[in-house]
Amino acid sequence: MTATTDELLLPVPDEDGAPFWEYAARGELRVQACSACGRLRFPPRPCCPRCQSFESEWRPMSGRGRIWSYVRPHPPLLPAYAAQAPYNVILVELAEDPLIRLAGNLVTTADAALDSVDPARLRIGARVQVVFTEIGGVTVPRWILEKA
Amino acid sequence: MAATLKDATAIVGIGQTPFAKQLPQSEKELACRAILAALADAGIAPAEVDAFASYTMEETDEVEVAKAIGAGDVTFFSKVGYGGGGSCATVGHLAAAVATGQATVGVAWRSRKRGSGPRPWKNTAVQLPTPGQWTRPFGLLRPADEIGMLARRYMHEYGATRDHLFNVAMACRNRANENPAAMMYDRPLTREMYMTSRMISDPLCLFDNCLETDGALACVIVSAERARDCRHKPVYVHSVAQGLPAQHHGMVNYWNDDPLSGPAWTAARHLWKQADFGPQDVDVAQIYDAFTPLIPLSLEGYGFCGRGEGAAFTEGGALERGGRLPINTGGGGLSEAYVHGFNLINEGVKQLRGASTAQVPDAATCLVTAGEGVPTSAILLRA
Ligand SMILES: [Zn+2]
Repeated sequence: MTATTDELLLPVPDEDGAPFWEYAARGELRVQACSACGRLRFPPRPCCPRCQSFESEWRPMSGRGRIWSYVRPHPPLLPAYAAQAPYNVILVELAEDPLIRLAGNLVTTADAALDSVDPARLRIGARVQVVFTEIGGVTVPRWILEKA
Repeated sequence: MAATLKDATAIVGIGQTPFAKQLPQSEKELACRAILAALADAGIAPAEVDAFASYTMEETDEVEVAKAIGAGDVTFFSKVGYGGGGSCATVGHLAAAVATGQATVGVAWRSRKRGSGPRPWKNTAVQLPTPGQWTRPFGLLRPADEIGMLARRYMHEYGATRDHLFNVAMACRNRANENPAAMMYDRPLTREMYMTSRMISDPLCLFDNCLETDGALACVIVSAERARDCRHKPVYVHSVAQGLPAQHHGMVNYWNDDPLSGPAWTAARHLWKQADFGPQDVDVAQIYDAFTPLIPLSLEGYGFCGRGEGAAFTEGGALERGGRLPINTGGGGLSEAYVHGFNLINEGVKQLRGASTAQVPDAATCLVTAGEGVPTSAILLRA
């Protein structure tokens, strides 16, 4: 763990989001699903906007998806991010349900820097696969290109 | 009691301080100066003010402001949520209060020291719980990053280009070059400057972002009846709307089924339903422009063109003076001042008074919008 990595912002889970991060710590990508109607929902919340059920479960995902959009932030930025800028932030639509879109970073390997992927390879529609890495004691999902 | 707000109230006074990267006065003093200027413009004594409306991310509150300016007993006050999305709603709330007899003289204002103060995203850590936990750790830190994500998708889906965004930046800059009060009054922009400027959050470059500004503005609202006796020609509040769409996520609307149709669409439906005229009858528009991509998105949302046609709409000088829909005639947030959109309200009033520095001949109707991408608001003004 480099000093720079230590300063990246860590997720602060709320009550609804905590299971996502707990599963991530076990290397699992799971999304909240309604136990009554089966619909996936993100971000997690106490009840289902479709059927109002308060019963939910955390369904395992394949970890496959496509890039829906991306940005490349340049400074001025918080120092830990400025050190790796311009990096990428991608939005991944999940294979199971393209309306579930997760923000993340496209990297060459799970532990690589946020700017490790050649920007020329960033493309909307590109297929990606989830990987996990630990920053400051918290496991976060990241993404690698399916065709490396 | 009025059954409708339509033309029941009018804006009769506007006021503003200078705009600059750094002003010596405090936000409270700037607020008081703008409000007193607006009251003087209306010819109404501060002691007659009995209503205040502001919107969140405003550091001065009505207790302090009322005391400082010498307001009378206040019987209505409101604070609208979501920062720049609340600008036009302040006028809407005051119009409702005055039209229903809850108050007689309303003041709305905005005071900011964003130019010399801290950048709001420096406080990113306090935003880390929901929904920040899903975006901030990955380096999606600033509004420019959040809107850049939508902009990239918009460009991909509809073939919009940086030239379209440049059209927006250029229209605002050209109007600022005509407005001595604008921060960019004497700073012309060229396509080359735009295309070679540094990126802030690719695909958004420096000139796709609003200005960091110190300054304050205010306006005064009274009943249509009273407005007829004020110093200036009344500018009637014809229609007002707020919009918080189903399943909306502020700034990061990525989890909505359709992230590219934002709050503008919701506000627009209500706005036009209450109005005697439609988008084709709007002479001039003041459209919230914290970032250039908000303009094509808003043009679509408010019905000036079809879905996906907002970028093409900007072609051929359509947004310039003399074009199909002149926008942001004071220079907007991109080139006049970024004071969370309040300058757009006052510029709408100037147009309908015939007193803009970029006057649209015989302008009789004006759309003013608040921040798109967050729960928003809009007003239709008429002469
Ligand atoms: Zn359900």
